[in-house]
Amino acid sequence: MGKFWSFFFALVPILGIGLFVFAINDWAPIRGHWFPELISKSHVIDNLFNFIMYLTGAVFIGTSIVLAWIMVKYDGGSNKEPVIYSHGSHTLEVIWSIIPAVVLLFIAIYQMDAWANARMYRPTLSDGTEMPPHARVTGRQFEWKIQYPGKDGKLDTPDDLHLINDLHVPMDEDIVIRIESMDVLHSFFLPNLRVKQDVVPGMQQHIWFHAVKDGTYDIVCAELCGWGHYKMKGRLTVEPSREEFDKWLEKAYAEQETAQYSLDEE
Amino acid sequence: MSTTTIDSNSQSDGSSFSVGDFISKYIFSKDHKVIGIQFLFSTLLWFIVGGLLALGIRWQLAWPWTDMPVIGNMLFSAEGGQISPEFYTMLFTMHATVMIFLVIIPILAGAFGNFLIPLMIGADDMAFPTLNMLSYWFMWPAFICFSATFFCEGHGAQSGWTSYPPLSVANGDAQTFWLLGVTLVGVSSMLGSVNYMTTIIQMRAPGMTMFRLPMTIWAMFITALLQAFALPVLTAAGVMQLTDRMLGTGFFIPEGWIVNNAAMASGGGQPLLWQHLFWFYSHPAVYIMILPAMGMVSDIMPCFARKPLFGYKPMVYSICGIAGLGFVVWGHHMFVSGMHPTLGMTFMVATMMIALPSAVKTFNWLGTLHGAKIQYTTPMLFSISFVAMFVIGGLSGIFMAATPVDIFIHDTYFIVAHFHYVLFAGTAMAVFGAIYFWFPKMFGRMMNETLGKIHFALTFLFLNGTFFTMHILGAVGFPRRLADPYHYETFRHLLPMNQFMSVCAICMVSVQVIFAFNFIYSLFWGPKAGRNPWKANGLEWQAPSPPGHGNFDFQPIVYRGPYEYSSPYSEEDYYPQTTPPQDGVDESGDGHH
Ligand code: HEM
Ligand SMILES: [Cu+2]
Ligand SMILES: [Cu+2]
Repeated sequence: MGKFWSFFFALVPILGIGLFVFAINDWAPIRGHWFPELISKSHVIDNLFNFIMYLTGAVFIGTSIVLAWIMVKYDGGSNKEPVIYSHGSHTLEVIWSIIPAVVLLFIAIYQMDAWANARMYRPTLSDGTEMPPHARVTGRQFEWKIQYPGKDGKLDTPDDLHLINDLHVPMDEDIVIRIESMDVLHSFFLPNLRVKQDVVPGMQQHIWFHAVKDGTYDIVCAELCGWGHYKMKGRLTVEPSREEFDKWLEKAYAEQETAQYSLDEE
Repeated sequence: MSTTTIDSNSQSDGSSFSVGDFISKYIFSKDHKVIGIQFLFSTLLWFIVGGLLALGIRWQLAWPWTDMPVIGNMLFSAEGGQISPEFYTMLFTMHATVMIFLVIIPILAGAFGNFLIPLMIGADDMAFPTLNMLSYWFMWPAFICFSATFFCEGHGAQSGWTSYPPLSVANGDAQTFWLLGVTLVGVSSMLGSVNYMTTIIQMRAPGMTMFRLPMTIWAMFITALLQAFALPVLTAAGVMQLTDRMLGTGFFIPEGWIVNNAAMASGGGQPLLWQHLFWFYSHPAVYIMILPAMGMVSDIMPCFARKPLFGYKPMVYSICGIAGLGFVVWGHHMFVSGMHPTLGMTFMVATMMIALPSAVKTFNWLGTLHGAKIQYTTPMLFSISFVAMFVIGGLSGIFMAATPVDIFIHDTYFIVAHFHYVLFAGTAMAVFGAIYFWFPKMFGRMMNETLGKIHFALTFLFLNGTFFTMHILGAVGFPRRLADPYHYETFRHLLPMNQFMSVCAICMVSVQVIFAFNFIYSLFWGPKAGRNPWKANGLEWQAPSPPGHGNFDFQPIVYRGPYEYSSPYSEEDYYPQTTPPQDGVDESGDGHH
């Protein structure tokens, strides 16, 4: 029975790795079952994921092969050798403690820069001061309120532009977004930019990214915020240039003003 | 409290030990074995509830907003047999709650901890039998509170099993019952924990030194310590959330907080405080949910390998290492919560290091099988599968411990894959193995091996079909807890894969009928088991099956560790802990080098 069970257990690594190979190479019938299109200048999260995947993949394949081999070789039904009466090996324990320890420490140190770039080093202006937010995104059940500072570059002034679920940014620029919540926790998730940050009522936070491809993408809420959590969907539009973005901003602002006047007249 | 009393009169049926009627023997029993079995039956019943809740989740993810055939109308006739977003939120909240608080934790500590600790250390009962009885009876108010959540207005508890405020503070009455339920489960665990620590320290049979304890007992001991130190924090946090809800305090509520367009009076609190307190308990709790399983697997494996456990002491030390480090990694659940990034970095390093003792354990299990004569019995298959599956869950942990990667995969199906590999493919499979292994001791009868193997094979296949695929959904960024993920263009094309997973999940739950049948049938009609059907070494196998009240019909004296299989000092390929050594033979160094 050893052969049968060994094969049976080996099905998981065989089919599992097969699944990953199909997904990574985007093969039918599971097209699109891997990372969504990356539109960020930085590839570091994808690269780090891949690095850990190859490393852990090697460990997974290694232990799976050892297990499969042991299950055949030491099957009590066919193994005629006497049992190796052993309580362990000091040397082996030392080896298999130190090697993983070194590898794990290496991963830990190796990724610190990426984390610091994503969370600590906010982009700066040419004069070295912190870049001001391009927009403020405020989560509330179940929509994203988006506020652009307008011409004066300052939030909470009369020339601000207010929109719902509609975030526009220019391409090829560092963008800082200020994120807040009005009610409960939400999480501001941009799958294509590998950005995710919980928004917490009472806290002001900033996230930043640098998009290198224009188009429209999903803004996902990734933290449970109530029954309507699933429909808290926003749209991120990356404009091909700063000019295009300004044009859009002007138009959207004009629309807001006319809507405002017609409201006032009523 | 009597340490290892010899009750020379006690017979195997225990009739002379316990006086009293049926009620005191089977309902309000103080016998650790009866209490263990009460825990076992209760948790297995809740396992069915938890499984059905999971099927509800899988139904919605595969066939969103469609009528559920047959049972849909029974469960939610108000919505015409469809799952509403509120109902879906309740489903995943209560699935996790039931599985964690009413199945995994009480089945490990309550059922197996209770049943095995006195038997494996050679004691006649727990140190505090009345406390032990209370630890079971405190589960009942908890059962009632959790059941009550289902009947509260607005479809029951809806804050997730993590109950993050402010949402949980704003949610309806069900949340109050939920918090009471968690607190009561905590009281039960705490009573058990005190008892286990005292019993293991005080009541070991003569000769049972700490380093002759079976791994199960070491694991239960460390688990009890974890409970004792971590639980008070959860209880305190739960009470704080209750007062936020009911008395208008503001521990977790920030200034100027508005929900449903109405400002809340209180304020000045921090929502992240809850997350710190919650995970300070709940990260150690994930080890509470796996260490006993690791211990039981470490006892089952040598028995069917007919070979000593490889690296007993490293195994003990790595359990201690996991437990110690387990107290300083809780922040890995909060990398993207808004916690300060520097703090995230320290939690990241600690989390990376906790993978190390897990790796050491895995290598030692493989070392145990190397050079063995493996018997592929049902308990052994479940145990080997525990190791194979734990490898997957441990390795996926490393992805999430890497903070930058976690930015992308946090709260996606990658995490869902991770914890189902450690908790279902790991712990639940080990629990199945343990049931097949100790069933003869519990009930005096054997379970059917053929049915057991069929149950194992089908569960193993379908669980991987359900959970392995979750990894690649996670890589797409597929978020957890969404009633309709297909609302987003990014995830719309993932529907067929989800349907495949749901079919696997339905099959996985269905094949448990084989287990239920085998369990119930064997309970009454299984072949009688002798004292030691597996030819195992542990003390429990020297007692009658099932042991009477008072456990042993002789005074057990321990001469060696529990893993002396194929020892050159023994004629047979096993060497029970109680068998006296032959005259003049020196079994050097306790049998351990
Ligand atoms: C090799 C060791 C392990 C490492 C490095 C590890 C790491 C992690 C990390 C970083 C997370 C947070 C992911 C996120 O939310 O973004 C996580 C979640 C989780 N882990 Fe592990 N883990 C390990 C072992 C285990 C074990 C043994 C168990 C349980 C028996 C477990 C149960 C869980 C659970 C239940 C969650 C999810 C909680 C939730 O958000 O609902 N983990 N793990
Ligand atoms: Cu949300
Ligand atoms: Cu954790």
